[in-house]
Amino acid sequence: MARTAIRRRLTWRLATVAANASEARAVHRLSLQIDGWDGHLPGQHVDVRLTAPDGYQAQRSYSIASAPESPTVDLVVQRLDDGEVSPYLTDGVRAGDQLELRGPIGGYFVWRAEFDSPLQLVAGGSGVAPFLAVLDHHAAAGSGAPVRLLYSARSIDDVIGRERLQQHAERGIGVTIALTREQPPGWAGLSGRLTPRVIREHVWPADGRPSILVCGSTTFVEAVADSLVEAGHEAAAIRIERFGDVKGARRDSGVPTTRR
Amino acid sequence: MTPESRRLDGNAAAGRLSDVFVFDATAARTRCGGCGMTAPLGVYHVYADAPGMVVRCPTCEAMVMRIAQTPGHTWLDMSGVAALDIST
Repeated sequence: MARTAIRRRLTWRLATVAANASEARAVHRLSLQIDGWDGHLPGQHVDVRLTAPDGYQAQRSYSIASAPESPTVDLVVQRLDDGEVSPYLTDGVRAGDQLELRGPIGGYFVWRAEFDSPLQLVAGGSGVAPFLAVLDHHAAAGSGAPVRLLYSARSIDDVIGRERLQQHAERGIGVTIALTREQPPGWAGLSGRLTPRVIREHVWPADGRPSILVCGSTTFVEAVADSLVEAGHEAAAIRIERFGDVKGARRDSGVPTTRR
Repeated sequence: MTPESRRLDGNAAAGRLSDVFVFDATAARTRCGGCGMTAPLGVYHVYADAPGMVVRCPTCEAMVMRIAQTPGHTWLDMSGVAALDIST
C-alpha cells in the first residue's frame, strides 16, 4: 500500500454494501464497495458508525477480512443478541445499503508481504478475521514466508472462512484448528483449549524467531501471549489485538470497545 | 467484571486518535512519563468503557493518555506521555 494512504488524516466516508452473506454460525461477511479506497494492509481495521434518527451514534471497530487485492473490503461480523450494532449489521443490512466508516486504521498490528520471517498467527473465534486478509494477501503476493495458523473455535459450525482455510492448507500453509466445545465425528484437528503445551507443539519454535500475531478476546490473547513467552518467544516479537471479553463488554456503550 | 477482561490495546484508540494525528498512532514509539518504558502505542493498554478512553502503560500501569469525544469536539490529555517517536 502507498504510504500516503496512512499519512493523511482519516475521515468518515460512505461504503455501499455489495453483499451480506452468512459465513459461520451467527457470523456474517459484509462485502463493501468503497469509492476511492486506497487499499489497506492485512491486520488493519475500520470503524463503523451508525446514527439513529435522534442523532445518537454508536461506533464499533471491525478488522478487515479481505486482502488488499480483493475488489471489496470485507468485514466479518459476529451477531451478539444483546449488542446494539451487530444484530443490525448481520440481519438488517442488505445489498445496496450504505454504511458510514473510517479507515483503514492501524499500522502496528499488520503484516506486509515484504516481511520474510516465519509468521505465526494465533486466533480465537472471530479473531481470525484479520488473518483471512493476511493469508489471502500472502497467496496473492506470492510471499515465500512460511506461515502457520493456530485457530481456536467452539465447534466446526463456528469456524470462519473454513473453505478458504482449507485452500490455504492445500497450498502449504500450516492450518491447525482446535475445537473447544464440540467436535464432529472423525474430527482430525485438535480438541479443547489452547494450553501452553498445545501452543508449544503447534507454534513455530522460538529459535526460528517467528513474528507472531495474536487476535481474539482479551482473556484468550493474554493467556496465549503468556504461553508464548513461557515457550521462549520474545515479548517484542508478539503483536496482540484484543477485542475485549464479550460477556464483560458494555451493552449500550457508544465507544468502539468490541465487535458487538 | 475484572479490569483485566475490560482491557483493550492501543489498536482500539487508533480510530479516535486519527481525528487528531495525521500519522498512525499505533506504530508511534511512545515513552511512558511514569517509568520511561518505550513501545509502540499499539502495545499500551486501553480501557474504553468509561465515558472516554484511558491509555495506560503496560509496564507500570501509569495513565499516559485520556481521550474524550463529544459531537464536534475531541479532548486529548497527553500529560503522561514523555515522548512520541514517529517515523516519517
